[in-house]
Amino acid sequence: MATPRLELKGITKAFPAVVANSNVSLTVMPGEIHAVLGENGAGKSTLMKIIYGSQMPDAGQILLNGQVMQIRNPKEARANGIGMVFQHFNLFDTMTVAENVWLGLARASLEQVTASIVAKAAEYGLDTDPRRLVHTLSVGERQRVEIIRALLTRPELLILDEPTSVLTPQAVEKLFLVLRKLSSEGCSILYISHKLHEIRELCTACTVLRAGKVTGVCNPKEETNASLSRMMIGAEPPLLEHHECKAGAATMVVKNLSLERDDQFGVDLHEINLRVCAGEVVGIAGVSGNGQKELLYALSGEDTRAPHGSVCMGEADVSGRDPAERRCLGLHFVPEERLGRGAVPTLSLAQNLLLTRTESISMPRCAGGWIRVKELATHAERLIEHFHIKAGGPNSVARSLSGGNLQKYIVAREIDANPKLLIVSQPTWGVDVGAAAQIRGEILRLRDKGCAVLVVSEELDELFEICDRMYVIARGKLSPSIPIAEATVEKIGEWMSGLWSNSAASEAHHA
Amino acid sequence: MHKLKLEARSQPSQMWSYASPVLALVCTVVIGVILFSLLGKDPMKGLQVFFWEPIKSGYAVGELLVKATPLLIIALGLAVCFRSNVWNIGAEGQYILGAVGASGVALMASPSMGGWIVVPVLLAGVLAGMFWAGLTAFLRDRFNANEILVSLMLVYVAVQVLNFLVFGPWKDPLGYNFPQTKTFEAITRIPRLFAGSRVSIGIFFALIGVGVIWIFFFRTRSGFAQQVGGLAPAASRYAGFSSRRALWTALLISGGLAGLAGALEVAGPIGQLTPYVPAGYGFAAIIVAYVGRLHPVGMVFSAVLMSMFYIGGELAQSRLGLPKSLTGVFQGLLLFSLLACDMLVNYRLRWIALGGPK
Repeated sequence: MATPRLELKGITKAFPAVVANSNVSLTVMPGEIHAVLGENGAGKSTLMKIIYGSQMPDAGQILLNGQVMQIRNPKEARANGIGMVFQHFNLFDTMTVAENVWLGLARASLEQVTASIVAKAAEYGLDTDPRRLVHTLSVGERQRVEIIRALLTRPELLILDEPTSVLTPQAVEKLFLVLRKLSSEGCSILYISHKLHEIRELCTACTVLRAGKVTGVCNPKEETNASLSRMMIGAEPPLLEHHECKAGAATMVVKNLSLERDDQFGVDLHEINLRVCAGEVVGIAGVSGNGQKELLYALSGEDTRAPHGSVCMGEADVSGRDPAERRCLGLHFVPEERLGRGAVPTLSLAQNLLLTRTESISMPRCAGGWIRVKELATHAERLIEHFHIKAGGPNSVARSLSGGNLQKYIVAREIDANPKLLIVSQPTWGVDVGAAAQIRGEILRLRDKGCAVLVVSEELDELFEICDRMYVIARGKLSPSIPIAEATVEKIGEWMSGLWSNSAASEAHHA
Repeated sequence: MHKLKLEARSQPSQMWSYASPVLALVCTVVIGVILFSLLGKDPMKGLQVFFWEPIKSGYAVGELLVKATPLLIIALGLAVCFRSNVWNIGAEGQYILGAVGASGVALMASPSMGGWIVVPVLLAGVLAGMFWAGLTAFLRDRFNANEILVSLMLVYVAVQVLNFLVFGPWKDPLGYNFPQTKTFEAITRIPRLFAGSRVSIGIFFALIGVGVIWIFFFRTRSGFAQQVGGLAPAASRYAGFSSRRALWTALLISGGLAGLAGALEVAGPIGQLTPYVPAGYGFAAIIVAYVGRLHPVGMVFSAVLMSMFYIGGELAQSRLGLPKSLTGVFQGLLLFSLLACDMLVNYRLRWIALGGPK
């Protein structure tokens, strides 16, 4: 058998609070596409940072092509043929593609770099114009730039961290073609993901991590989703109960909402038409950065620039009202950013209730109201217990909770308010599988009680699981809605690139 | 071989958030001792001047409180600002304007009036301070002007306003051309607590202020909203708390309190408006606010401490022949040490063995 391209032996890395990797071993053969599978917080990212030299292991060995290596920093990693494409891109918005790539390559002139970008792009079908400014590129295009940049160092091992979370299904297919071509040329690929079907489609070997330990090594093509999931979380994800939807009157109607971007790198909204009715879950799919953020700001009231009459709740025109006023009408919102927006990191869970809840406030006319501290704590206690949130108690600060538990707490806070309309952005982003299932279950239960729910998510699987109707957002425009029964991954994927006008005529309005 | 390593704590340390000001004080004393030795003075004597003389007699304690009162009153207002992310650096200017406002009313008083005149004198100080801070709020709100710069620059404008008045229209005609107003009528003077001490009822204002600000911070929704704006602006926007309202509230409260401090000072211990009214309380109160952890009760202690430095500096000048700027040096040392010690709240120090398997 040939020498492995990369071999990790007994890698251990501990942080003050957690052991991120404990005695992890992993072997990648030349030309192999090797998946590293695990939930958020399982230790995948730390392991990759150790391979790429941005973290040092506390114990263990790294062997490259049979040689024991000490990789002290990313520069040494690149010099030894390791390339990495991060989940969060490291590109300067105000510079061109070529300038960004040039930054990492000291010895070449800008012309040479431009020429080599064009050459690499042609070789792998990674269509890119080196002269364009990065902020004009879509997320998928930016990822291509990152991949080209990594390829220009001629890596023997390419690490990709959650590469498909920002791509449309069609773009994922294209990416897979590139990766297969690379692997056929002998480049090994470490592919990090928590999406089971992708791993089964693409990878030929798989190492599963759970809580920092290796819980399985397998060939994913021989496994099922259920068996991989057992290795990953120790159980199969619980199934959701999905009743027939009984949509009632419209709770929120958005009419021809156009809004110019607020900051330089934002997205303009163009004539958004949207309707959410009582008793249904409506989804908005789309690759991030296509106007979701701007739309949600306008819906929640954090941005009150929306033109008169464009955002209505029932009979009331709320376009100029602030979030507190909309909350009085029954609109509750769970934002994408938990720390710093949905919750104040340094305040206790009880105090964080006060952001959106007023039950523990008396005499509201007197300095905004008197806080009844004991009731506030009891209220927080009740939420923690009822939603099975792992927290020290109502006085633990929001920052001390894990991402999943904090998300559960914020969702609990808003659901507990008995909203008429609940807007949730990325409900399960970075949340472990168990908590995600619980959150989705709560959303459906709320819907069955007659609440209107609007879910904005990048995870198509999630939207297909909980929605009754779906919109797609692309470049600041919103597609017509489509009932979930008629939606397919292919169609939604096409719409995610903004191509719904052809089919839209025949679909007309389903709302 | 070993090396010292900083390690992030997973939770900020409760213990160190209280211990850090104490450690900072210890560091200040140690550096002070070194400083005295380098200057060729007996360090024990230096420390005595700073830490024992100001509390050794009833009169000395009284003087300590006279200086601690304005510091505490101003710091309470600044704590509201700083907790709301509003960087009012110009409390000194608001303090000066408060003194000017109070003087304006006090100069109009006649000896036949009743003791009630103290109320309008103080109110005039409060309103003048609010007006001066309101300028900063307006420029920030309307034109998004940086409040740090605006409030700081307005200090110098306030000094010129004061100078214009005492060199010009308000100059005492019988004052031998000294730039100062006439001495205020006795009736306008802030009542003193006991004979033989300069401590006035101002100290009650300060202590009531501590209670009110505590309640505002920890028991009212407005106070909560105010602090969320400082801790996490996006969360404040999400909750629907108005950032404009927070800006105005913070600046008007702190301007009003600084103005009150100015009024209490000019109608209290000083008794007339002179160019020497600005004593740097407005700047020292920034340090008081931070050393006191922006907590109303903590600031009581830090105000007394800073007041000690003021008195110690004056004594060091007369007893040890050291320059008066020593006060500023000690104030700076304390703040500097505190900032350094505060690192221990979020980090821990560990000795790590170097080399070999870790």
